[in-house]
Amino acid sequence: MWLTSKIKQVLMVLKPGVVTLKYPFVPRPAPENFRGAPYWDHTKCIGCGGCSNHCPARTIMVRDICQEIRVMLYDGSRCTYCGRCADVCPEDAIEMTKNYELATGDKNDITETMELFMLTCQRCGRCYEMETSNAIDKMDLRGYRYDNLETRTVIRKTTDQFDTSVLRETAQYKRPEKI
Amino acid sequence: MLSKLSKKCFPKSLWVYHCNSGACNGCDIEILNVLTPYYDVERFGIKLVGSPRHADVMLLSGAVTRPTLPLVKRAYEAIPAPKLVFGIGSCATGGGCWFDTYNVTGGADKAIPVDYFIPGCPTKPEAIIYGVALALGLVDKKASPIELKQMEFPIDSYEMNKAWEERNVIYQLIKD
Repeated sequence: MWLTSKIKQVLMVLKPGVVTLKYPFVPRPAPENFRGAPYWDHTKCIGCGGCSNHCPARTIMVRDICQEIRVMLYDGSRCTYCGRCADVCPEDAIEMTKNYELATGDKNDITETMELFMLTCQRCGRCYEMETSNAIDKMDLRGYRYDNLETRTVIRKTTDQFDTSVLRETAQYKRPEKI
Repeated sequence: MLSKLSKKCFPKSLWVYHCNSGACNGCDIEILNVLTPYYDVERFGIKLVGSPRHADVMLLSGAVTRPTLPLVKRAYEAIPAPKLVFGIGSCATGGGCWFDTYNVTGGADKAIPVDYFIPGCPTKPEAIIYGVALALGLVDKKASPIELKQMEFPIDSYEMNKAWEERNVIYQLIKD
């Protein structure tokens, strides 16, 4: 009885054959609608900063180094791949690629920086129509932003006019340490 | 260099200790998924062990929360000397959404030295296998920092594209 049941088991296992994936040696494409690492299209981006305002993990940082140039940095280390940046982008400049092979020994390997020219309206500072439904979002969106890219810190301070003193202050900004 | 070192240190098999430091169980389920016959990491000699004293590798999932911080440190110290630490998931890599909250240290690398980061929320089982294969030196690293730069004003490129499209429209009209 014992032997027959074992033989039965072996036959049952033989039926489907080998099911194991040969993954690291054979490439395996991601399924449809899979959200991997986001990728910016710098030719389409208008630099509105909507992605950085909507990011739940605050991975996207914006720093205006002068009136015309805005540097954006995507820090992929804490990205949750929710795809909200791609949803909110008015120009569809962010594409969620299907790249999931992101394992590294260095966190800097999964970052993305983008330098943008900003054509500024001389009267209001920005040309982007701001979101009017939420007062808090509206406050964030206004004007120039000064996040620190070296320490990956979001600085919740914006100015209507480009301010060199704030730029200087935030260059040395350090996040308070806990441990 | 790390992959060479790990090749030398772990020529045969990696025994893995799985440590959850306040993860949402998403990454833990993916780690269990990796051990199933479909993904089958035992072909690389990877085995899950219950005690850190038996292990070579620590799989750390979750942003290290304040209550688990001393326990994670103790578990790390209990692993015998040539050891690797894998940070699995966005939380272990950089802290996830909770990177600056009061109760979280913000990433595994602030608590213990982490050798490999595997981002993803949760990580795909393939991504975990890829990370392990990267540590073993079976595959090449694909991730690299991307730098993008606008070389001309966007309005110029926009007008150029528009002019190009209009030109093409005329050609299509002629064709019809």
